[in-house]
Amino acid sequence: MKYYSFLSVLIAGGILMAGCGNAEKVNKDSAPVTEQAKLEEVDLTAELTAYKDFALDQMDQFLIETENFVKLFKAGDIEGAKAAYAPARMYFERSEPIAESFGDLDPRIDGRLADIQEEGKGKGEEEWTGYHKLEYALWEENTTAGYEAIADQLLADAKELHALVQTVEVTPDLMITGAVDLLNEVSTSKITGEEEIYSHTDLYDFKANIEGAEKIFEILRSKLDAKDKELVTTLDEKFKAVDDLLALHETANGGYISYEELTGENTKALSAAVNQLGEPLSQMGIILE
Amino acid sequence: MTTSNDEKWINKKISRRDMLKFTGIGAVGVAIGASGFGGVIKAMGYDVFESVADSKTAFNKVDFYGRHQSGIITPVQTHIYFASLNVLVSSKKDLQEVFKKWTPLIVRLMNGELMVDLTPNTRVPTGDTGEAEGLNASNLSITVGVGPSLFDKLGITNLKPAELADLPHFPKDQLQEEFTGGDICIQACADDPQVAFHAVRNLVRAASGKVEIKWSQAGFNSFPAAGGTPRNLFAFKDGTVNPAITDEKDLKEVVWVDKGWLKGGSYLVARKIQMHLETWDRTSLKDQEATFGRYRDSGAAFGKTKEFDDFDVDAKDEKGAYIMPDTSHVHLARKSNARMLRRSYSYASGVMTNTGAHDAGLLFVSFQKNPDQFTTVQNSLGRMDKMNEYITHRGSAVFACFPGVQKGSYLGEALFNAL
Ligand code: HEM
Repeated sequence: MKYYSFLSVLIAGGILMAGCGNAEKVNKDSAPVTEQAKLEEVDLTAELTAYKDFALDQMDQFLIETENFVKLFKAGDIEGAKAAYAPARMYFERSEPIAESFGDLDPRIDGRLADIQEEGKGKGEEEWTGYHKLEYALWEENTTAGYEAIADQLLADAKELHALVQTVEVTPDLMITGAVDLLNEVSTSKITGEEEIYSHTDLYDFKANIEGAEKIFEILRSKLDAKDKELVTTLDEKFKAVDDLLALHETANGGYISYEELTGENTKALSAAVNQLGEPLSQMGIILE
Repeated sequence: MTTSNDEKWINKKISRRDMLKFTGIGAVGVAIGASGFGGVIKAMGYDVFESVADSKTAFNKVDFYGRHQSGIITPVQTHIYFASLNVLVSSKKDLQEVFKKWTPLIVRLMNGELMVDLTPNTRVPTGDTGEAEGLNASNLSITVGVGPSLFDKLGITNLKPAELADLPHFPKDQLQEEFTGGDICIQACADDPQVAFHAVRNLVRAASGKVEIKWSQAGFNSFPAAGGTPRNLFAFKDGTVNPAITDEKDLKEVVWVDKGWLKGGSYLVARKIQMHLETWDRTSLKDQEATFGRYRDSGAAFGKTKEFDDFDVDAKDEKGAYIMPDTSHVHLARKSNARMLRRSYSYASGVMTNTGAHDAGLLFVSFQKNPDQFTTVQNSLGRMDKMNEYITHRGSAVFACFPGVQKGSYLGEALFNAL
């Protein structure tokens, strides 16, 4: 739907009218929204900078933790590598809107076998690289032997990502869409256990995605507050609801239980909470009005 | 790793903040334009409780306002999307807000308009999801009701009518929790499946965080080109014996509640009934007809020639046997002496994973003044109904559907006024 009616302009302008009075919903003569909309754009310079700072910091940490993970992996320390795996990935998952902006690096670092298989490639072949391949080695094969080159490649890719991220231009759209995308990630793959099919550490990614979205909300909070206080209150409540549910599945050492331990009821509750957060979160674009 | 006890993770210092603070990265593309839009309305327009009128010019339009809600004595449409919702709110006020918000939105949906107008801001999702764009009102009717569990959840059991209770267990019931009960129902019927679905989808979305879908069922009814009664998936005309939707006196007796806050409303019973098509299809036509006591082709009762010919259930042939077999569905239903307005739809939802059989059947919907009317008929069908061999009841729910809404009022106002 690319058009909006003249009537909606009147309503948007504060003139309220009763129903359109005819079944024709749109006025096809009006210009496309994108051309016609003259929005009073807000200066978000400080917010964009803050988000970029955040993303860069996450990428610094991601590189450091990936280096550590690769070191353990290559030393054949299976238990050590397993312990380092999920926490290291969280830095990536938090800043996914940024990390994802590099088309081929994201699949190289974060590609799942299912993603690759769709392209007709199997696990034996070199095309599957990155964290999930090493996850497979650690949890399925219980070995590191034979996967050293993949580990080296992962580190090289992480370095490349780190370098590229320095050049990213953060736009309002990237932030606003990014927050919703992070939640969509949770709704479509984390909550189904399809992200970490060998290690079942999906809840770590889940948490990190939520934190990534929450960070964006925090950065935009004062701007949002000026537009719609109620939305801010709602978002606070809904983030808390998700966080509280996740906290139920924390382990003593601050990690998370295996996805396999979650009941159908647990995942349903988590999924509902994320969807209820996503709906108001998708309204953050009002700050650009 | 963060725990909920930690310092809030997001508040931690950002290492490079100072370095990049004034570089202005990212400011490119932020144009400053002048406009009067800012802050006038909220994103989805939901804070605007405008009263919306029924359109006088919309095509294929069913009116929203009136003594009764639409979708009860509205001529049966070809599609239904029935949704049973759970409420997530616990205060009466929050629930009231939901019904207040829904009221003008429903009028707009039934006018065939966008539920919420588009705004110039393309950075937010549209208030209407948009898939009904270009389709007309399609005779959309929306019927909203409340289930017994709602009153318990909100602590207002004093207002729960005595008649509003979960139905008793009936012989052969195989009810599954995932198709049973619910706090609120939205029955959306239309002559277009997408219009019906769009209505439910958008109303649920408009109340995000306040309600969630518990179960839902799509269904269809196909009318012969020449008009007349649609056939169900057993190929029998279904809906022959029903109160006439124009007979106000009869409807008063059978359908409309006449007391309390529900006055002018009605009780909706929904039953998701699987029909075992595979076994039915290997039943001889003679046995099929004996199952109902009606002829399949004409729809006439045994011993009669026309669909609407009246019949005497007690009539016997010369050998002393009932003309309409006493194990037939129609015999038993008629014998109960209880009546209702049936408004059912067929469904075909794929394949049963455990058996590979069709997951198909009837979303039975009936309206009555008192759910006891349903219970009386169903008890009469009991174990005796020859049709039982071919069906399994899988879902069940009962809802008190609000009376109609007058302009300026909102759905369920009488209930909230009674609080
Ligand atoms: C899959 C389930 C069902 C099927 C296929 C079915 C089918 C039929 C058919 C073909 C008729 C005859 C035509 C007509 O008058 O509409 C009929 C009549 C009727 N059915 Fe059903 N039915 C089902 C379930 C039920 C249930 C659950 C009830 C209520 C408890 C019910 C109540 C009635 C009544 C009251 C009549 C009219 C009887 C009369 O002539 O007075 N039916 N049904």
